[in-house]
This record gives sequence, C-alpha cells and structure tokens, in this order.
Amino acid sequence: MNIHEYQGKQILKQYGVAVPEGYVAFSPEEAVKAAKELGTDVVVVKAQIHAGGRGKAGGVKLAKNLDEVRTYAKELLGKVLVTHQTGPEGKEVKRLYIEAGSDIQKEYYLGLVLDRETSRVTLMGSEEGGMDIEEVAANTPERLFYEEIDPVVGLTGFQARRMAFNMNIPAKLVNKAAKLMLGLYQAYVDKDAAIVEINPLVVTGDGQVVALDAKFNFDANSLYRHQDIMEMRDYDEEDPKEIEASKYDLSYVSLDGNIGCMVNGAGLAMATMDTINYYGGTPANFLDVGGGATAEKVTEAFKIILSDKNVKGIFVNIFGGIMKCDIIAEGVIQAAKEVSLEVPLVVRLEGTNVDLGKKLLNESGLNIIAAGTMADGAKQIVELVG
Amino acid sequence: MSVYINKDTKVLVQGITGSTALFHTKQMLEYGTKIVAGVTPGKGGTEAEGVPVFNTVEDAVKATGANVSVIYVPAPFAADAILEAVDADLDMAICITEHIPVLDMVKVKRYMEGKKTRLVGPNCPGVITPDECKIGIMPGYIHKKGHVGVVSRSGTLTYEATHQLSEEGIGQSTAVGIGGDPVNGTNFIDVLKEFNEDEDTYAVVMIGEIGGTAEEEAAAWIKANMTKPVVGFIGGQTAPEGKRMGHAGAIISGGKGTAADKIKAMNEAGIEVADTPSVIGETLIKVIREKGLYDKCKTH
Repeated sequence: MNIHEYQGKQILKQYGVAVPEGYVAFSPEEAVKAAKELGTDVVVVKAQIHAGGRGKAGGVKLAKNLDEVRTYAKELLGKVLVTHQTGPEGKEVKRLYIEAGSDIQKEYYLGLVLDRETSRVTLMGSEEGGMDIEEVAANTPERLFYEEIDPVVGLTGFQARRMAFNMNIPAKLVNKAAKLMLGLYQAYVDKDAAIVEINPLVVTGDGQVVALDAKFNFDANSLYRHQDIMEMRDYDEEDPKEIEASKYDLSYVSLDGNIGCMVNGAGLAMATMDTINYYGGTPANFLDVGGGATAEKVTEAFKIILSDKNVKGIFVNIFGGIMKCDIIAEGVIQAAKEVSLEVPLVVRLEGTNVDLGKKLLNESGLNIIAAGTMADGAKQIVELVG
Repeated sequence: MSVYINKDTKVLVQGITGSTALFHTKQMLEYGTKIVAGVTPGKGGTEAEGVPVFNTVEDAVKATGANVSVIYVPAPFAADAILEAVDADLDMAICITEHIPVLDMVKVKRYMEGKKTRLVGPNCPGVITPDECKIGIMPGYIHKKGHVGVVSRSGTLTYEATHQLSEEGIGQSTAVGIGGDPVNGTNFIDVLKEFNEDEDTYAVVMIGEIGGTAEEEAAAWIKANMTKPVVGFIGGQTAPEGKRMGHAGAIISGGKGTAADKIKAMNEAGIEVADTPSVIGETLIKVIREKGLYDKCKTH
C-alpha cells in the first residue's frame, strides 16, 4: 500500500526526521490559507498522487506570493498528471501539499528497501539526489552506497555515519544526517514499510538536513497491525475493481487487454495471462480466486471481471487440487446466470472431480465452451474474441 | 531415494486444531504420511484426527521423536511457530502459511543462522515424495513415484507440471514448493544441490516467476555445477511493472525481476524453458529423450 508524500512526512516527523513545514489542501482556498499560515517568502505547491516523477510532469510549482499559490492550486487540482510511473492514462490530482520553500544547497538520495538476496533491510544512499535512482544504479553504480542492516541491532550509529561520509555530506552535518537515518530506519521497522525513499534529501543554507520528499510503501501482509497506516489509504488512488476484489479476498490486478481471466493460484494465474498472450490475445486482468473459492466468490469474481468494459471474453482456468471442479462448475453456472453473461466463456477444468464438473457445465444449458488443456482454452478464447 | 522427506519422516503438525490444518492432516494421513504429533498451545492432552496434541513443539518432539514440522498457524503467529520449530532442533519446518509480515521473516532468517533446521516456505504448497510422504496441501493423486525432481515458487503451476509428467508416465522423486514470498527459507539452489546429489533423481523441472533474482542465481549455479538436465518455466511474462501478482514476491521493481531476464539467464545456462505451462511435460520429455534418460525416467 502507498501513501501520499504529506502523510509520509507526518510519519517522519514522529521519528525526529526534519521535514519542511506544510499543510494539505483540497481546494485553492485551502491552499491560500495554508500559504498564509506558513508565511514564508516562497511556498511550494505540490500535487499529491501515488507516483514519482511529479516534478518533471509539472506537478510541483514554486509560488512567490498568494496569487501565485491560488493560480497554481487552480491549475493543478483536477489536472491529470502523466509521469513515468502513472502509465499513459495518468492520475488526477485531488490533493495538494503546500509547503514552506527550502534553501537547497545540495540534493542527495536515501532509501530503505528489503534486499531479497540477503533477507535483510538495506540502507541505500547517494549524492546523486533528485534523480531516478535506477538510472544512478545502472550508470554510476560506484556512486550508490549500501549498508546491510542486522535486524537484531538495527541500523547502527557507525553504519549511518559511514553512509553519510560516503554520500559526501559536509563533515559538520554528518551527525545530523546519521541521526536522520536512524529515525528513518526506526520508522521503517515500526510501521512495517516495504520501501521508504527520500529523494531528495537536502542540505539547506542554514545547515539543516531535511527530507524534501517522502515515499512510503507498506508491506500489505502487516497492515493488520497498523490501523494508523490503514487510515491513510486513499481509495481514489486505487483501481475500483481492485478495491472491490480485495473485499472478497480475491487477488486482482487490472490490465489493458480484453480477455478476462479467472484462475486458482497466483503462479497459474500469471501463466494463464502469458498463455493468452502467447496465442496472440491480451489479458484484461490477473485474478487468483485462491484455494478456498466458494460459489459466492466465483460469482463476485465474474462480476468484477465483467465490470471492465474492455472485456470481450472470459477464460476460466482451474486446476482443482484440493478445490473440487464440481464446486467451481457450480459457481461458474450460478455466476453466468446471475450476471446474464453475453461474452464468450471458455472453461478449462482439471483435477479433482473433473468429470462431474464438466458434466455440470454441459448440462447447464449455458453457452460454455469446454477446453481440454490450458493452451487449448487460451487458443479458443483468443479466436472467439478475435 | 528422494530428497528431504521419505517414508521414515515423522511429521508434527503445528496449529493442528485449526480447520485448514485438520482437513490437510486427514489428507496427509490418508496418503500414508506418518503424522506422529500435533501442537496447539492450550490443547495439550487432546487428540485431533487420532493424532496426540501437545502444548509445545518441545513436548511433542520429546514424546514422539518427530523430526519434521508442517506449519498451518495463522499469519500473525506463524513466524513464532517457525522459531519454535527451530528451537526444538527439528530437521525441517515446512511453513504453508501465507501473508506472514515480511519483517517477521527477516527476523526468523536471522534467528535461523547457525541452527540445524531447514525452513521450506512460507507461502508454499509443501513437499512430497510420491508414495512415501506428503507434507502440505498438494493433491496427492496427481503425483507418481519416479525420477524427476520438481522445484517451484508456485503451487498450482507445480500441480500443472506434475500432472503432465504423471500422465505421460514420468514419475517424480520429490516435488518441493519453495513458496512465493520474498524472504523464504529454502531457495532454488538449495533444492537443486539435493537433486544433483540424489541418486534417484535423473532430471529436474524448475518453475520460477517474476520478482527477485533467485532464478538468475540458480541458472548460474546450474551452469557451474549441475550434472543433470534441467527444464524450466517462468510465470509472469505479461505482468506489468510495479504490480504485485498475487504472491508477495512476484513483483517487477525498478526494471528488475522480469521474466525476460530470467528466461535469458536460464537459456544461457543450457536450461530449456517451456513457452507455455501446457508444454512443461513435453519439454522435459524431449530433453530426457535427447540425453538418453527417457527409458530410465519412464515409470510403468
């Protein structure tokens, strides 16, 4: 789960990380009020969307007076920002963050991620701030530094100082930077984050080390123990179909194609998309109904797939191991009736009670095409959708 | 022979009194798995599916000599259950539980350093040595005893591959599900090493998916060390960047962990990669025919 920059900064503040003063605003009036409150010569009007690259896309504006604040706020609210992380459809700006301007001397990068190879949280830092860190890693890997963190002792003081020195933070500010890193790590652990990025971290003219941006991504498995983080969830930033699916414990990801898929198991669901693609079709979604799917869950899954207007056909691919094929067949029949299915439906069933499942489908009187194998099913649905 | 588990494995079920665990305990017993004990704190002294239940893993091991544990404990408590299995010096702990907080697993991995226990999973279907021992949630009947080792990050894709093999009369020595989480106990290389040394395994099917670089590392290891043919499949060739595809570990981030990179690394290591999951069986058969291993792998 992602949160907005201003929410990330609220968390950072609790951990003693210096951030510029600022207020969230939902209207130009609120933006002006916030700027008045700040009272600084320059305020920054920042679009709040769950994607990086806002600056380059014109989502961050420097305002020198209240009129400019109003103008920029009007311009940004309701605007669709297209960044390298939003996809071509972009994201509509619905919230702004009005922040005191900073006297930036130099920009740095700081991040915390899980390193899957070592199974450790790793601190990453670079003096190449404000840039796409993947580019830094690819082009100048010698300028990106890492500290692997032992979960028993956490990030240590010497590691944080070593990082600050490696990043070429001015010597007299190294202790401040190190303290910020320790706070950042504590926030990461306490809140069960998956990724935290401060890009840029800046050194200011008055000798402060400040987090100018904050990107937080949280481990979905841990949200049950973080009510405060759950409350930061912004449903406007998420695909409505994905929100609906999560209510029924269905794992769903919306894609651009026109063949809806319903599969059991994440691996098989991915492979089903791949197989559709292999035969020249395009999947409309990833959907894992899970191991314990009931007729009700299958029905909900169908409704969600069909709520996508691009869907021109559905492929159900089930390997019933523990899950019985007749149960799936019943669910499919019930769902097809309930939603008065108008697009072609190909069903491939394999596994426990497969014959019974096929029999139920055949006798249902519904126009359901049975496939022998996964490849056969994918081929058929691709042909039917055309 | 087989790897990790066999007919002599004495199994302990952690969280045995939960509904999922009870269901699978019954299935495992029917398959012939030797389940000697169950653990649910507070239910010690009772029985579940005819299996004696203990309050702690330590008690269960003392009383029954269990050497492998399977964990069905709910996610918020599963990391602690793994620690308890490790503390009791079991040979292996197989964790089926999905959705364990990642940072809990980071601590578990640290705790396990230097300890005896091997962890398989979490978020995995388990391990099966056909006709001898089934530990986990996989359907037993799709497996057939034989000589092909299977290792995979995905449950249902493993079933898909195994089923194809069995239908063609190609049995399996052992099938190991290493799970779909970013932090897991056993990786591809651990299992490949075992298969490489196992006299009864003649070829291996390796099924990976997007996210991380475990397949690339495995490919490099195979190129340098593996004496047996390996065929593969990678799920998620059409997955978009930055989206978690069901499994916590199945995510392409920062351009890393793509299926294309993995397939390339595997091809470079001489691993034949199936285009679709429907031809994993066919691909293996083609390769073992070329290597003259088909007759040895064919089980009648």
